[in-house]
Amino acid sequence: MTGNLTLALLIGVLYGVGTYLLLQRTLTRVVIGLGLLSHGANLMLLQAGGPSGSPPFVGPGGGGVVGEGAADPLPQAMVLTAIVITFGVSAFLLALAYRSWVLTGDDEVRDDVEDARIARARPEDHHHQHQHVDAEYEL
Amino acid sequence: MIRLLLPLPVVLPLLAAGASILLARKQRWQRMLSVLTLAAVVVLAALLLVEVDRSGPAVVQLGGWVAPVGISLVADRLSALLLLVSSSVLLAVLLYAIGQGVADGRRSTLAVFHPCYLVLGAGIAMAFLTGDLFNLFVAFEVMLVASYVLITLDGGAAQIRAGMTYVVVSLLASVLFVTAIALVYAATGTVNMADAAVRLEDVPEGLRTALGLTLLVVFGIKAAIFPLFSWLPDSYPTAPSPVTAVFAGLLTKVGVYAILRTQTLMFPGDDVAGDVLLVLAVLTMVVGILGALVQDDLRRLLSFTIVSHIGYMLLGLGLASRAGLAGAILYTVHHIVVQTTLFLVAGLVERREGTSSLARSGGLQHVAPLLAVLYLVPALSLAGIPPFSGFLAKLGLIQAGTADGGVLAFIAVGAALVTSLLTLYALFRVWSSVFWGEVAEVVPDADRQDSLDVGTATTPRLMTGAAAVAVAGGLVITVIAGPLYALSDRAADDLVNPSRYVEAVLR
Repeated sequence: MTGNLTLALLIGVLYGVGTYLLLQRTLTRVVIGLGLLSHGANLMLLQAGGPSGSPPFVGPGGGGVVGEGAADPLPQAMVLTAIVITFGVSAFLLALAYRSWVLTGDDEVRDDVEDARIARARPEDHHHQHQHVDAEYEL
Repeated sequence: MIRLLLPLPVVLPLLAAGASILLARKQRWQRMLSVLTLAAVVVLAALLLVEVDRSGPAVVQLGGWVAPVGISLVADRLSALLLLVSSSVLLAVLLYAIGQGVADGRRSTLAVFHPCYLVLGAGIAMAFLTGDLFNLFVAFEVMLVASYVLITLDGGAAQIRAGMTYVVVSLLASVLFVTAIALVYAATGTVNMADAAVRLEDVPEGLRTALGLTLLVVFGIKAAIFPLFSWLPDSYPTAPSPVTAVFAGLLTKVGVYAILRTQTLMFPGDDVAGDVLLVLAVLTMVVGILGALVQDDLRRLLSFTIVSHIGYMLLGLGLASRAGLAGAILYTVHHIVVQTTLFLVAGLVERREGTSSLARSGGLQHVAPLLAVLYLVPALSLAGIPPFSGFLAKLGLIQAGTADGGVLAFIAVGAALVTSLLTLYALFRVWSSVFWGEVAEVVPDADRQDSLDVGTATTPRLMTGAAAVAVAGGLVITVIAGPLYALSDRAADDLVNPSRYVEAVLR
């Protein structure tokens, strides 16, 4: 199977940037990162369909192209479906991010509840077991 | 007849969901529509199972396009069995939710609940019935989009925080799924699972293993297996209790089904994947249950037991023998029912105590003896105490493991036994702190999710009744364990001979 190098490089960049943004603490960046990642995945589907062929049924010279010469239509149908799904879910995600902003006042991802509980519990343990360490901690 | 029967479990709930939105102002009609639709799906699934068990895999080519060009819907014994169990569980939880909704009377969220719940049902049915990899992706999305709405139903701060984690993790899994589909398509030129199974035989072995493991990662996130489970105990406990119950029972099992289907059909006899699965099974079981041991929140504790017990199903799949797969199928059926029941009962407990904290509960057996019985039966079953269904399912898996004879298989059997013991310990910690001891003073949590009348006897009969029906469902599995195991065994036989599935689709 032959591939398109420009497309392959673009897919790599989209995955890279998307992953970087996904690891940020700001919800808006996470949303944008997911968007870029899904664009990368969609292009990858397109790439999987092989090289672009002539338009089906009516070729560039006006002659009909059926079968071998035509582009594979299936990946395009799948990409369309995936785009529609990503669109809907992104809208929901934005609504969720907005709701989070309304409730908390900023769009940072909050610490995990259990993590926060463990983090709070820690200084107390130090207090009981190693009081000198705790004294330094408070300084 | 079968051509009509097969698409209906997907089409009916979708149509009903549309009608349900129109009926948003007529709550009584909306409730009746949901109940009737899901009851119809249960009947359809039962008919389908009987038909498929008698005459082999049933296939419908949608739109008249012959496979592998069109989308095929396929029902074999495994998918029909899981469809029947999951639609029954959906119906029981719906009755519970109606009971709770009628009592609490939250009009605005109730109107959204029914359409989303039906769409969730349609997505689950489609995931079980589809024979096409891309259609499986669509089914997952239909199911997940409904679950996004359900998990953030009340829109409180805790729900939004947990919902965000859930949505982002699920979306990432979806992106990986599209990537995996693209890779499979690039390697084979088809997304029809049966056709891909044939063409993958010509693909170099290394590439085939890589494709198999990519799909394993995708479904591993949905099924919450070992390194990919941390989103589950974070997000599930914050949803309203019926929603948590149905997610706990069904969503992870759809992931398990997808792993079972793709690994046995498209990548059979892959030793690397088998060993990886066994190692993951051991880690999932042990790490999951160790997480459950230290929790103080009842729902979080139960969420960790879900993770842990997914490991048992992986164990059966990793053995890749007929007995192992039969054990895994029986375990999946048992776990769907029992785990859902435990969450339903946890919802009832929370209603009584006003909190899901173990430390602040106590003495419930004096106040609500019926509730104590309803908890005890599924708890014993989950831990694998004879004669309950958990014992029989675990016995099947352990026999398959010892018959395998490999070192990894024996380690996995050991881990399964230890996990079962620790499950008993975790669930009895709940028992001793919630049901035994002094009757605790009811102090409702400040940030509770369910707006309900706490600490009174106003638990609607419908809620208790639905939970009791679910408990009885678990007992039914115990009673019919013989025929059910025989059926699982025949389903496993189909899985180890994937050519039957392939021939039925490509005929």
